[in-house]
Amino acid sequence: MSTKKIKVSGIEIDIDILGEGPPLLYLHPEHYMHLHEPFIAKLAQYWKVFKPRHPGFDGRKPPKRFRCVGDLAYLYLDLIEQLELQQVVLLGASFGGWIGIEIAIRDTARLNSLILVSPLGVKLGSREETDIVDLSALPEKEATSALFASCPADLSSFNKAQLIEVARDQQFLAYYAWKPFLHNPSLAHWLHRIKVPVQLIWGEHDGYVRTDFGKRLLEYIPDARMNIIKGAGHYPQIEKLEETVSALTPVLEG
Amino acid sequence: MKVWHFSEMAYHPAWEELGNSLRNIIPSSTYDPKIGADLYHRYLDEWALCDDLGINIMVNEHHATATCANSVCTIPMAILARETKKVRLLCLGMPIGNRMDAVRVAEEYAMIDVISRGRLEMGFVKGAPFEIWPANSNPATLMERFWEAHDLILKALTTHDGPFNWEGEYFQYRHVNVWPRPYQAPHPPIWMTVMSPGSAAEAGARGYSIASLNTGYCRTPDIFDGYRSAASKAGREAPKERFGYLAIVGVGDTAEEGKRRADQILDYSRTTPRAASQFWFPPGYTSNEITAEMLHDRGPNMIQLRNGGEFRMQYGTVDEFIDAGVAFAGTPDMVFDQIKEFHDHVGGLGQLLMMGQGGHISHEDTVANLKLFSKEVLPRLEEL
Repeated sequence: MSTKKIKVSGIEIDIDILGEGPPLLYLHPEHYMHLHEPFIAKLAQYWKVFKPRHPGFDGRKPPKRFRCVGDLAYLYLDLIEQLELQQVVLLGASFGGWIGIEIAIRDTARLNSLILVSPLGVKLGSREETDIVDLSALPEKEATSALFASCPADLSSFNKAQLIEVARDQQFLAYYAWKPFLHNPSLAHWLHRIKVPVQLIWGEHDGYVRTDFGKRLLEYIPDARMNIIKGAGHYPQIEKLEETVSALTPVLEG
Repeated sequence: MKVWHFSEMAYHPAWEELGNSLRNIIPSSTYDPKIGADLYHRYLDEWALCDDLGINIMVNEHHATATCANSVCTIPMAILARETKKVRLLCLGMPIGNRMDAVRVAEEYAMIDVISRGRLEMGFVKGAPFEIWPANSNPATLMERFWEAHDLILKALTTHDGPFNWEGEYFQYRHVNVWPRPYQAPHPPIWMTVMSPGSAAEAGARGYSIASLNTGYCRTPDIFDGYRSAASKAGREAPKERFGYLAIVGVGDTAEEGKRRADQILDYSRTTPRAASQFWFPPGYTSNEITAEMLHDRGPNMIQLRNGGEFRMQYGTVDEFIDAGVAFAGTPDMVFDQIKEFHDHVGGLGQLLMMGQGGHISHEDTVANLKLFSKEVLPRLEEL
């Protein structure tokens, strides 16, 4: 694996490129980057994985007025063009899933398909319903048990650099999406524009964005199906790696 | 030295029932508006009394909490602007990074300044971490929003030739035109609260007054030095009047009586840490390095003693708080000596923000505390 610095739309970003095969653009979630490495390694057995780090999450200050998920969507559309990729499998988890949706409602010309692992970003409930739980207002134990079904991330096992990374990730999730909270109010209106097949993957015990919400989301996307991963929370790719990768087979087989 | 009387207008009757969580998630069913009304009038009476005692007035605000029932700092100040005639009025302050409407802040401050005939002092504060949730303001961009609000409010207070346009990153208005204009020209004096040399430097570079809040004997000198060096770098004077310090003050005819009063007021300090732990470190509110340490170990709030020891803020005794420089308490002589020692230790203190009311201290004790302070301590402080 090699980390490259490249400039896209005038913004310097870090990107890892690994594996061989058809192109897959991986849009990372908001938490625990190092715990996702085994999943990325699996993906690299089937695809050439392009894994950029979102501006801000990479330790650089994002440019002025670059502050919403729509900005990230245009950045990655430019990245796909710049790398001259075609037939891209776009895989986004959680916050990355939201970015994936924002990309796909804008332009699917260079996309093959979209894989969304329990994405944030869409608001379907009424103004008094909480579609996405505010983890920041929960006691730490409740917040981690909302994310994990059986093996919560153990912060005491994180080294100093990893803890700083967690703090920075939380900071930039807030930066892009504190208000409205983790969603774009008009996104549900444009989901019909996603013109490629969509594979939704959801952990059965997701306490951050519930499985029932995923089922509702399914109705808004023209060509979508959903896999529910048993025994997993919000990050099935961490807790149930093999099952999550198996759920990707239909995409792999086209 | 100038002195200010401060109270958080606590709703202490609910403290016991609410236990270890006094903020954000507490149901307002634990608040009885009839008792609350009596408390508001009582606290306002105590501030009004200060007009005769020569003690200036300071108010603040907090939200969704039983520790401070003042959720809008300009409301008591508006009442006191009319009810008092002589003393200065300090709002410390307005959390301008959390306020969604900065022009409204300028309007409220300008009105109070005119009604009080130019006695207002304007505080601009970052706000405590747990304030983020009631305000629903973005903690990751809080200080950027704070400084844009600051620029906009000052421009709004000092522009007198009709509307101007403001299309900033956080605030957008096409016709800013604040009426009335403030009584004081160019605008009322500005204060900021500080908790570190870094935040003191921000104020020092601009020549604003600072209030270092309960930062104690050990930490305050570095904070004041932070102000002085930033002021000097910016080519500004740093006169003593710019340096404020907030402390609990209990004075009595005997040492025992003064300490008893301080001990009761100190429940203000002891209740401060009583907030659920998730509300202390909003994402991006402090540096990632500090947040990372707290992710690892959220220890209790500690206060330093002069001998290098420390104690838990929630359980400190009055003598520990006196040693730490958080409380000044005892007879008038003792209180004067403690303040003078602190004044000399920090290189000069021009403003004492005296918490003369807090916790369960009664109205009678509060009045006695303020009167004795005014009679026996205040005249001697004027010479400092």
